[in-house]
Amino acid sequence: MEAIQKHKGLVFPLDRSNIDTDQIIPKQFLKRIERTGFGQYLFFNWRFDDDGNQREDFALNQPQYKEASILIAGENFGCGSSREHAPWALTDFGFKVIIAPSFADIFYNNALKNGIIPIKMEEERLSKWMEDAQRSSLELSIDLKNQQITDEEGNVISFEIPEYHKEKLLNGWDDIALTLLQEDKILAYENSRI
Amino acid sequence: MGKPETIIEKVWNKHVVHQEEGKPDLLYIDQHLIHEVTSPQAFEGLRLTNRKVRRPDLTYATMDHNVPTKNRHVVKDEISKKQMETLRQNCEDFGIKLADMFHPDQGIVHVIGPQLGLTQPGKTIVCGDSHTSTHGAFGALAFGIGTSEVEHVLATQTIWQEKPKTLNVKVEGNLGPGVTAKDLILAIIGKFGVRFGTGYVMEYTGEAIRKLSMEGRMTICNMSIEAGARAGLISPDQTTVDYLEGREYVPKGQEFEKAAAEWLNLATDEGATYDQTVIINADEIEPQVTWGTNPGMCVPVGGTTPILAEVDHKEDVKRALEYMGLEENQPITSIEIDHVFIGSCTNSRLSDLQKAASIIQGRKVKDNVKAIVVPGSFSVKLQAEELGLDKVFTEAGFEWRDSGCSMCLGMNDDIVPPGGRCASTSNRNFEGRQGNGARTHLVSPEMAAAAAIEGHFVDVRKMAGVLN
Ligand code: SF4
Repeated sequence: MEAIQKHKGLVFPLDRSNIDTDQIIPKQFLKRIERTGFGQYLFFNWRFDDDGNQREDFALNQPQYKEASILIAGENFGCGSSREHAPWALTDFGFKVIIAPSFADIFYNNALKNGIIPIKMEEERLSKWMEDAQRSSLELSIDLKNQQITDEEGNVISFEIPEYHKEKLLNGWDDIALTLLQEDKILAYENSRI
Repeated sequence: MGKPETIIEKVWNKHVVHQEEGKPDLLYIDQHLIHEVTSPQAFEGLRLTNRKVRRPDLTYATMDHNVPTKNRHVVKDEISKKQMETLRQNCEDFGIKLADMFHPDQGIVHVIGPQLGLTQPGKTIVCGDSHTSTHGAFGALAFGIGTSEVEHVLATQTIWQEKPKTLNVKVEGNLGPGVTAKDLILAIIGKFGVRFGTGYVMEYTGEAIRKLSMEGRMTICNMSIEAGARAGLISPDQTTVDYLEGREYVPKGQEFEKAAAEWLNLATDEGATYDQTVIINADEIEPQVTWGTNPGMCVPVGGTTPILAEVDHKEDVKRALEYMGLEENQPITSIEIDHVFIGSCTNSRLSDLQKAASIIQGRKVKDNVKAIVVPGSFSVKLQAEELGLDKVFTEAGFEWRDSGCSMCLGMNDDIVPPGGRCASTSNRNFEGRQGNGARTHLVSPEMAAAAAIEGHFVDVRKMAGVLN
């Protein structure tokens, strides 16, 4: 996993709650056996019509959001299926940070494992950013180490993220290698149960 | 005796391998189930890092999401074929037991685990699939994980987990005749919403839960994830023990007696406390039908779709009604369907098929309704055929298929066409879930059967001969 310390980028506002992983990436695209190449299918049914043409009315198709790397969404983002294809599609498309009032448990973990920073933030703050990003464009700077977001007006807002997850993101650590440092304990546990 | 504990705490504490202040716990995993869709990248990861599967003996694989449910010998879709072939190869290379498409133990992963007795009280069970919560019906701590976590479990047989908060979902009273476990869980999610379980492990308690069969309990726990909870479980009792006795992977003889005593001891202690409790009365629950695009959008069959002026999240409701092609304040019984799907890890076990068949017996599927039954496993299919259920279904006009996930998510050919409307016994009515533009209404097997006959939703309790 790539380490991530800071990120500055353009916001794409997606004002819907309960966005499920079937919307993030529909099932017909889950058949690949690689981790890459899922970005083209992100939000597929919203981005494309039945004939495969881009839908004008879906904002992500508008040029102003083309470079967006920060997604702001409604509550319970990523509910439903455990498919890690959802964060794979998001990162492959270019998203590095997702900000929402709440996340589904499995998605939150899956995002962290793929170097995406999931940030929980109260709805009031978000709705202002949501409006700003819809009206024109909005850029935010995320400083993971200090757990702060700075907006264009210079407001600095802090956010919560468990220390343990933060460390891993900052260093891009391989989870399995970390766990294997405890291998003697795993073995002892196994032996204790025979 | 120490402090009274919930089953959640008991199972958790027994599995902690390593604990450190400020970090999640490292939990040992007793049973890892895998399937073709969420595992290929995990095995690829192992190969890239030269790692082995630590405990192939605690790992079990099947093919379910992609498999054709008819003419199994020809998998037309090349990519699906490759995905299944990849699983076969991975299982061979890493020494993992696989029930492939033609194996007698094949089936939906959450149907075969219990059926084979791999699922047992007190185990920690994971699978790269959110409906792993199903196995909680046995008093196992079972939850869905992502593919990176699948790789992690393959390599280490452990997982890092933050200790969850506990939530008691207490079901008082009793379900009325013709009201099922499916109606109960839909009513719970309808009442408390699709997020109330987020961050919790739920335990279902109360009289109505005790009276449910294991199959009913599986239906309940299956949909815990639809309430936001990664895991939902039920304390084991004699019903649990009786179900497990004699199953393939369950200990035999004296060992069984010993295991059964341990299982019963896992039940939540009298006086144990939870972080949160919600209460629902089963007496008041009626057969449910979802009208919208998440499982919380559901009402009793005698009700109507919402009235926009009366709801909180107006935009969400409006968008859902639009997607579903429904008006506000529309009676549920006026909704006509053109597809019926009886299947999925929620409702495809033998008793589900028996109950649906009892409604269908001697009746015919309405013209222009395409109805299919997809048994949850090969073994369920055989048992149903021994009872002659296949005849009941086919004579009524249902198609009788081979086991798999099928129209629950439409990864194979079994899809609902754009604009099509399906009465489905599955668990998710998300946009496009059963096919691009497809409209899904979640119901019990009995309600799906009744809709197949009438061509629209009806209160199954009012059909002739049902309640007596
Ligand atoms: S039947 Fe549906 S919900 Fe169950 S495992 Fe298969 S796809 Fe998932």
